[in-house]
Amino acid sequence: MILSGAGAVFVRELKQAWSGGGGVSLPLGFFAGACSLTPLSLGPEADLLRAAGPGVLWIALALSSLLPMERLFQADLEDGTLDAYAGSGVSLEWIVAAKTAAHWVSTGLPLALIAPVLWIMLQGPVSSMFQVAIVSSIGSAAFFFFGAIGAALTAGVRRGGLLITLVALPLYCPAMIFGSAALYGAASGGDWTSPLMLTSAAALFAIACSPFASASALRAAID
Amino acid sequence: MTNAGRFGAVITIDALAAQRGVRMLFEGLSFRVEPGEVAELRGPNGSGKTTLLRIMAGLTRPYAGSVSIEMDDQDAPRHYLGHADGVKPNETALEQVCFWARFFGQPEGAAHRALERMGLKSRARVPGRGLSAGQRRRLALTRLLLDDRPVWLLDEPVSALDVEGRVCVEALIAEHASAGGIVVAAMHGPSLAGARIVDLSAIGPGGPVSPSGARTLG
Repeated sequence: MILSGAGAVFVRELKQAWSGGGGVSLPLGFFAGACSLTPLSLGPEADLLRAAGPGVLWIALALSSLLPMERLFQADLEDGTLDAYAGSGVSLEWIVAAKTAAHWVSTGLPLALIAPVLWIMLQGPVSSMFQVAIVSSIGSAAFFFFGAIGAALTAGVRRGGLLITLVALPLYCPAMIFGSAALYGAASGGDWTSPLMLTSAAALFAIACSPFASASALRAAID
Repeated sequence: MTNAGRFGAVITIDALAAQRGVRMLFEGLSFRVEPGEVAELRGPNGSGKTTLLRIMAGLTRPYAGSVSIEMDDQDAPRHYLGHADGVKPNETALEQVCFWARFFGQPEGAAHRALERMGLKSRARVPGRGLSAGQRRRLALTRLLLDDRPVWLLDEPVSALDVEGRVCVEALIAEHASAGGIVVAAMHGPSLAGARIVDLSAIGPGGPVSPSGARTLG
């Protein structure tokens, strides 16, 4: 029953993300927009872009992952779905984990997939496109699962977007530091695997903690 | 009206007190609901009917006292239907019922039967935003049919329903009770047939606390 419940929620959330339209396209558009505006504001000098590019890409990825967080739990809280989930006997931790995972698959992975294209636009070497996709998908998992904690804590707050940012950004620090180190390593042909390991550690920590933290925040929200 | 059916759950509420904000809603509330019994919570708005149901569903923590549900072997004994319907505006009625069927691990046929039972067959392809308040209520009520659970906690189950819908819900409740299930429903308006009345206005904060707990009528 727990697995059928979490599986059903996962499938439902994937469908919702792709059928509703706005859910997925806003962060993708923001990510692409921020990265493609960078050469316009910094100037087209290849050296400068090469030096700033990985950092800009990573900041843009972190901020785009925050954009869709506000509605992650708020819609369910408002329309009573969260009550139905919480009263169903399936543990809220599983439901939250399924929701966050579906959210990452539907939005985080597409962000990671367009990251290599934006990387080229920022004068990154073509040879490291594959590394960029790997680092971005793992980093976005950390961003989405940490972001979910902020989303759960502010689910009952109208216009809670700013609060989510304040809650989630400190948690983003490890993935922020090591993820961009991995990107710089990939750009210069240096060591990119050890910072990637540390980014993965942050992602695993987020995946392990987030369902518990988010579920207890949501229990407080419906109490 | 008590009979032993295939369910054997017993709800015992012991010296329960609840508060909302700083206000005490009720204190010293005690009663028991036996298998096959329909308990109807009554009282004016703000008397704590919803809070009591949410405490029984495990969603809200009581201020004092306890609720225990004794039963044989099921680990998820309750259906809670709050006054928000939990209907998604962008999913069709059929998709939502199928979702809950999958959620409870039931086959898709159960979803179709539940839709038909609640008179929503003709609205199956309509998205949630196109349903009227009464139709959304009916859609929420299909959840009761998707998983066989002994205890139903219903917050104003017939609100927004037309006469036919009300008859349908009353039949569901009667069937559930005759199978030995328990229904606790917050109600306004006409009473449910054969229901035991639990009047929360008679409990109140600092109200009379008899050893047997709630004043029960009927």
